[in-house]
Amino acid sequence: MGVRRRTGLFVLQVNPILCDGFGHCAELAPELVTIDEWGYPIIRTAPVSLSDTGAYQSARYAERGCPRQALRIQRFNEK
Amino acid sequence: MIESSTLPRLMHEASSRPLSLAQHEQTFAAATPIGSLLEELEASGLAGRGGAGFPTSVKVRFIHDQRSLHKYVVVNAMEGEPASHKDQSLLNTHPHLVLDGAEYLAGLVGAKNIAVCVARDNRSGINAMERAIHERARRSLRGPKLDLHTPPQRYVAGEESALTHWLDDNESLPQFRRTRPHVLRIGHAPVLVQNAETLANVALIGRFGASWYRGLGTSNSPGSTLVSVSGAVAHPIVMETELGTPLRTILNYADADSDPQALLLGGYGGSWLSGEHLDTPYCNEELAPLGVSVGAGVLVVLPRKACGIVETQRVVQWMANESARQCGPCAFGLPALADGLRHVARPTGDATLALQRLEERCDVIKGRGACHHPDGVVRLVRSALQVFEKDVARHVQGDACKGSLDSRHYAAIPQLERAEELVWE
Ligand code: SF4
Ligand code: SF4
Repeated sequence: MGVRRRTGLFVLQVNPILCDGFGHCAELAPELVTIDEWGYPIIRTAPVSLSDTGAYQSARYAERGCPRQALRIQRFNEK
Repeated sequence: MIESSTLPRLMHEASSRPLSLAQHEQTFAAATPIGSLLEELEASGLAGRGGAGFPTSVKVRFIHDQRSLHKYVVVNAMEGEPASHKDQSLLNTHPHLVLDGAEYLAGLVGAKNIAVCVARDNRSGINAMERAIHERARRSLRGPKLDLHTPPQRYVAGEESALTHWLDDNESLPQFRRTRPHVLRIGHAPVLVQNAETLANVALIGRFGASWYRGLGTSNSPGSTLVSVSGAVAHPIVMETELGTPLRTILNYADADSDPQALLLGGYGGSWLSGEHLDTPYCNEELAPLGVSVGAGVLVVLPRKACGIVETQRVVQWMANESARQCGPCAFGLPALADGLRHVARPTGDATLALQRLEERCDVIKGRGACHHPDGVVRLVRSALQVFEKDVARHVQGDACKGSLDSRHYAAIPQLERAEELVWE
């Protein structure tokens, strides 16, 4: 997978307009996403450190597995 | 020239007909903006009058700093709030003041086009604007190009990204903005969306300067604002008031119920304010500790005999119907909130559980739409649960108040032919 940057933070962002509530993201990234009563994802808003490889890997799975391509990983540096 | 401390500023010499260009220039002096408009705007401390209260100069500077050959200035006179009539009355008295402000800003940010947006059902506003634009075009073809647009009359159609979307692509649906601040665009051209009342204020600042503008209002909220008072009043009116006027004075002037149970401030995505706080000055810095804001200048007076929960329920029901239904939490969550409130107002089954679910759903929905529509509804529901706390407790115990059975209501809701009717273009 090449060299991965391990410093900095990321959040998983959903575009609520695109999301149709298939719920794949909650299965692919259970540590970041829960599902509300209507089936739409509630995503953890607190930034996660990139050094948490498990969470980052799940976020990437979710990003790629979302059938509506509604998810995006937003990376930023610590302030 | 209007004196710095006299009150009708925006409504100066307002008559029942829109002023023509010649009359307008006689009233407000001809339009020659002062040199450093951006600095003056900054010094004036003008905040947007569309609801969010964001400093205008920051927004203008942001678009000013975008590098682009084409830019747009959009005049937002959509006024989706059923209880608000300020833009309507501005268009029907001083359409040229609004256009002046738009032209000043267009010159400032370097925009070649001005799009004036008036809701399709607002016939008188459209007529006034059409005539004003025509008068300007006849006098001079220089300057930015003015166009009138008539998006559909929906609550969210006046949201700035929905308005831009309409101008860009004929769909008045809000857009998702991943990061904020976000540059809205028509094609590739950055767009500056400003509320009509804000632009009228810009026109005055452009003529008379920031220190003149600060002659009224408090140091943090300078100037005057238009307030639409409705509910328990003799006649619903739009009045101009200095920011920082005590609420009681405004109510007296509007000939409203002097001992109301509560006031709905800001709009239908605003909050309730208990009637105890009538001596609070009407400006954001004094209202903020009470969890309320000036918003779009809406003031609905709720008398003691009415039931706040039922009123809130009706508003939330309507707001749920006005959702653009693009985002799940908004499309499903808002009807759920309306249902929850109905269960609290007229308890059937387990009302305590309904109340608990209502509070949980408020937490779940907040901040999860593409626009702030659901956030406004959540704010309204939360403030209702807080302000009408005692009534809620009584309703939940099955002891509904008399007001909840009354068929007279105070918050105006447009009638739909069918409750679930929804027409999107
Ligand atoms: S996988 Fe995509 S479409 Fe499905 S719920 Fe998650 S974000 Fe929405
Ligand atoms: S939050 Fe509601 S009103 Fe806003 S875009 Fe989403 S569905 Fe439409």
